[in-house]
Amino acid sequence: MINILTTHWSDFVHGFGITLLASIIALIISMILGTGFAILEVLPNKFVNLVARIYIEIFRNIPLLVVTMFFYVVVTQFIKMNGLVAGTIGLSLYTSAFIAETVRAGILSVDKGQMEGARANGLTYWQAMRIIILPQAFKIVIPPLGNQFINLVKNSSILAFVAGFDLMYQGNEIASTTFDTIDTYILVGVFYLIITLPLSYYMRYLEHKLA
Amino acid sequence: MAMIEFKNVEKYYGDFHALKNINLEIEEGKTVVLIGPSGSGKSTLIRTINGLEQIQAGDLTVYGENIAKKKSDMNILRKNVGMVFQHFNLYANKTVLENIMLAPRIVLKRDEKENREIAEKLLEMVGLSDKGNSYPDMLSGGQEQRVAIARSLAMKPKVLLFDEPTSALDPEMIGDVLEVMKKIARDSDMTMVVVTHEMGFAKQVADQVIFMAEGAIIEKSPAKEFFENPKEERAKQFLSQVLNH
Ligand SMILES: Nc1ncnc2c1ncn2[C@@H]1O[C@H](COP(=O)(O)OP(=O)(O)O)[C@@H](O)[C@H]1O
Ligand SMILES: [Mg+2]
Repeated sequence: MINILTTHWSDFVHGFGITLLASIIALIISMILGTGFAILEVLPNKFVNLVARIYIEIFRNIPLLVVTMFFYVVVTQFIKMNGLVAGTIGLSLYTSAFIAETVRAGILSVDKGQMEGARANGLTYWQAMRIIILPQAFKIVIPPLGNQFINLVKNSSILAFVAGFDLMYQGNEIASTTFDTIDTYILVGVFYLIITLPLSYYMRYLEHKLA
Repeated sequence: MAMIEFKNVEKYYGDFHALKNINLEIEEGKTVVLIGPSGSGKSTLIRTINGLEQIQAGDLTVYGENIAKKKSDMNILRKNVGMVFQHFNLYANKTVLENIMLAPRIVLKRDEKENREIAEKLLEMVGLSDKGNSYPDMLSGGQEQRVAIARSLAMKPKVLLFDEPTSALDPEMIGDVLEVMKKIARDSDMTMVVVTHEMGFAKQVADQVIFMAEGAIIEKSPAKEFFENPKEERAKQFLSQVLNH
């Protein structure tokens, strides 16, 4: 195992870097989109609610692989993009639907009196949302959000299907050249843990700190 | 000029007729107490004054602005009209001082130093100077409500609305909150509209009492007259019920 690690160190590190990069970018995009669509779902406007609902249901109910393939195979015919970009977009949109559902639940669990108090106090809807409601909503949904983040990192292995050169892709390459599949995939798993474990502990720390 | 004026106001929740032909003038600086049985529309009426509920017909003028018009700006209206709720509605994620200072800072753009001075003075006024850095969930209900009053006052509103401010409080907490409200009624030129079941408070500080039932104003009289000599049968009945409790 040590042998594989040392001989393919740069491949592992490269894959690890891509996985980390794609995860961070997808996390940022999916948080922005997810929070945005969560707000659109609770906004007092039926049409906007419907648009948000459709978006969420589409990306929540189609397999990640299908979403990603759509960007890699179909969309690339109109807009040039490599596997890494297509995969990261697929991952972002897919995850954003789950984050939207999570954040929406958080917003709805904040006491309605908070918005009324803020509006009566002179704040606009958006000020109340940003300063009063969302901070309370996020605090409530830190544990399920943590799950979504961890799923996102693991799901980034979708990049392997679209030549995204991520950790999983490198693992496949190494395994097929060395034939040492067991050791290779164990190492790949360990590299994923290097991202997911600290993430998991950080979310727990946040949960306790803000409780 | 009346500070608040209802003219033939109608309010519906779907098919339900919640306010029926409301006509009412409230003069600047006066304290008006709104009473009536549960479900009679007191909350609905008071909430139309700051636009938390929209009306479907009639005119409602607050501080010279007809807020029944589609285009009227609720955010400007709410700078002039404060509200204190039954369940306080303090910002759970902000300290007591931040609760008071937030809206003046972002809505009125009040200078930070002045903002803090005003907030601290108000906390002193409601007897909670030592609670500035506490969070709402560390306070008792009575303390929360006094902070809520301070938060409303910090905006220096023309009108202050109270919707059953003591109904969610333990009996021993009610006195402190009523004291603060009496102080405001006596010492300031604020126009106050108060929904309450505290008849003692009404007798002491109300200029006018309005009795509602089933979405309509049944009787409006000067406070003394209302308590000593109510005109309408339903008001008499209601009074005998609440006073004999
Ligand atoms: N948001 C609402 N939707 C539908 N009906 C409502 C709503 N708010 C109040 N009502 C109804 O309007 C009537 C008056 O309610 P409310 O103004 O809260 O009365 P009060 O404050 O005097 O107890 C009640 O019958 C109540 O059920
Ligand atoms: Mg009520």
